[in-house]
Amino acid sequence: MDITVNILLTIATAATPLLIAAIGELVVERSGVLNLGVEGMMIMGAVGGFGAGYLTGSPWIGLLAAIAMGALFSLLFAVMTLSLATNQVATGLSLTLLGLGLSGMMGTSFVGQPGQRLPNLDIPGLTSIPVVGRLLFGQDPIFYISIALTAAVAWFLFKTRTGLTLRSIGDSHTSAHALGIKVIRYRYLAVIFGGACAGLAGGHLSLVYTPQWVENMTAGRGWIALALVVFASWRPWRVLAGAYIFGAVWIGQLHAQAFGIPVPSQLLSSLPYLATVVVLVLISRNKRLTMMNTPASLGQPFVPDR
Amino acid sequence: MSANHDGANLLEVRGLTKIFGTLTACDHVDLNIAKGEIHALLGENGAGKSTLVKMLFGSLEPNSGEIFWNGQAVRIANPGFAKKLGIGMVFQHFSLFEALTAAENIALSLDDGSPISTIAAKARALSYSYGLPLDPESLVGDLSVGERQRIEIIRCLLQTPQLIILDEPTSVLTPQEADKLFETLERLRSEGKSILYISHRLEEVKRICDRATVLRHGKVVGHCNPREETAASLARMMVGNEVKAVVRAPADGIETAQPLLEIRALSRKPATPFSIPLKNINLTVRAGEVIGIAGVAGNGQGEFFETVSGEVLQQDAASVRIRGKDAGGLGITGRRLMGAAFVPEERLGHGAAPRMKLSENLLLSRHATDGKVFVGTGGMVKSEAIYGAAQRIIKAMDVRKSAPDPEAAALSGGNLQKFIVGRELDRRPGVMVVNQPTWGVDAGAAAHIRQALIELARSGSAVLVISQDLDELFEISDSIAVMHNGELSRPLPIAEATFEKIGLLMGGAEPGHAEHILETA
Repeated sequence: MDITVNILLTIATAATPLLIAAIGELVVERSGVLNLGVEGMMIMGAVGGFGAGYLTGSPWIGLLAAIAMGALFSLLFAVMTLSLATNQVATGLSLTLLGLGLSGMMGTSFVGQPGQRLPNLDIPGLTSIPVVGRLLFGQDPIFYISIALTAAVAWFLFKTRTGLTLRSIGDSHTSAHALGIKVIRYRYLAVIFGGACAGLAGGHLSLVYTPQWVENMTAGRGWIALALVVFASWRPWRVLAGAYIFGAVWIGQLHAQAFGIPVPSQLLSSLPYLATVVVLVLISRNKRLTMMNTPASLGQPFVPDR
Repeated sequence: MSANHDGANLLEVRGLTKIFGTLTACDHVDLNIAKGEIHALLGENGAGKSTLVKMLFGSLEPNSGEIFWNGQAVRIANPGFAKKLGIGMVFQHFSLFEALTAAENIALSLDDGSPISTIAAKARALSYSYGLPLDPESLVGDLSVGERQRIEIIRCLLQTPQLIILDEPTSVLTPQEADKLFETLERLRSEGKSILYISHRLEEVKRICDRATVLRHGKVVGHCNPREETAASLARMMVGNEVKAVVRAPADGIETAQPLLEIRALSRKPATPFSIPLKNINLTVRAGEVIGIAGVAGNGQGEFFETVSGEVLQQDAASVRIRGKDAGGLGITGRRLMGAAFVPEERLGHGAAPRMKLSENLLLSRHATDGKVFVGTGGMVKSEAIYGAAQRIIKAMDVRKSAPDPEAAALSGGNLQKFIVGRELDRRPGVMVVNQPTWGVDAGAAAHIRQALIELARSGSAVLVISQDLDELFEISDSIAVMHNGELSRPLPIAEATFEKIGLLMGGAEPGHAEHILETA
């Protein structure tokens, strides 16, 4: 029983950073902006979070620093693509390259240093309930944030007027502008929100998952988050499903490799990607729904004429 | 208000000017709109009508000039402020969101924060009271153009505006839908609201407008009472000189002429969830005749053009036959080589590559059919020959330009369209298929293009014209067929066709009408 609980807990830990980064990017893309810099913002969050935690001795300050770092870094992207109308794909890619390089430089003195870890939740009486206690009441704080964030974003996008406005901008920024909606302002806020989420996801890696600093420690998770958003056809709860499928198969194949199952390890390592793609493609095979949910102005620069 | 000697004016515009780079789109424009009048704003494409109303709605900022609202000087900084003043706008290119429902679209332009369900109920009630029934739950992407315009109008009316600006509202409507719109406008006028009505359709301006302001090249060239003018005198004010009427010589013996383009039982599944499937289309175009295809935009004309031109291939090679041979399995080049020519709807990006010179655009479309003339040994391009051919076309079609061989994007819409049509005519094609030949083209250029199409047919070619402009189709066609919801009606000979008959077909009066005809070739 304990083994099952442990496996479930590791799955949640593996899925959480993907989920948070993807939810942030989902909001960005719903506003019609394609930010390919998720990986870069994530690694900046990771190094910022680790550094602040290490220097102050408080993982909570580290957590805030991770969020701030991601948001700040995304602001660079926002200024470039929204105010200066640069190509979003090229700018996003360079943001990733810049983030990977810059974080490596900033983190040289952190390598090998012991980091701070955010404590798991511990509610006397509840956490000690067998089996479900540790799953429901004994995880790290970012896990709870990630679930709350998914619910909040789903509610915001589909139940609030501001969310409707954001979706309308993603559908057609020229129409939105003609109605007097402040397209650029909304997009700035969306991009910064996405950056903060990516930073938080990076912070999860260096403050919870493996509380230490290793160069390139995001290891492509930003790209997986980006793919999750598309395969989940821009729906928050599907992103959650995708992140957990990925996490589950990832952990599963690690155990399979440890058991020495006679299957080439390369094949096993590719399973999480395959499984996620297959499941999400099956979920979103309704072309009409996918079409409705795809932000039609995604990636197009917008320059209002005055 | 009593201080204002002209107190009945809701809106006064004095010396409004807007400059884009070197172009003065609006040059010291004056305009008065009284309470409870329908005021027409007339002008050709590029005369500055849209620029003017965008300034009135706050989407563009004027370089100079003044706007008075109820006698008070105002600065309309953004559409939100225009709405607060009481100015509502129905856009020419709909500002709707396809992936959202009608109610959500309406909610987005109302700033009152009431729940969507309340707005939906209000919109439904208002739409029925004006006889423009609307289902607020429907997805805009699924609606016809006429229905989309209803949403725009209802959205505008829900803001209880004093002044409603309508930008080319009837260009996408059937004649019957347009009548419905005019009733609504007259009712609004009787409620004391003012309407600024932008159009280049002179008959309807004469019919419903109280006064008119005419713009030409950004300047006001006259104010008049359209009811006292004739369509010809209004056209003269708009264009500045007489427009040559198109002459259609009688076509004899078409019934027995050789069929050059045959469409047989052509069907096509929808390519995207929002596009129209084609259902069992049959049509024969014979040597010497012009057949027009009418229809409200978005009823499958674009899909039909793609299948005829070869942008999309057919399973059944016999579904498209050119000069008696199956062509359904061939691409554009293959069909061009059989003697067909095609002019798509969008000029820039589809009909021509915007950043390439006219001569280069000529080579792009004719390198295969005129390979011997334009391309020498080893694939070397013969620039001299191409340049010469481009100049020949420019001369034949009277293309006005600022450089000997300018980039396509540097030409005005009308001149580029003349070049693109001329590029195909220059080959003397046996089959010519044109989609929206004069969309957004000024009257002089339009007449030139229409005359050229008729002359091509009379010289023995088969010409198929898809157009939303009924006046145009009546001017040039020998028969008119109507496309509705992916189905094509039997072509009506022009002698039997009336606006009313065609209008009813455009509205879908003959459901499943493709079924009961099978042309005998």
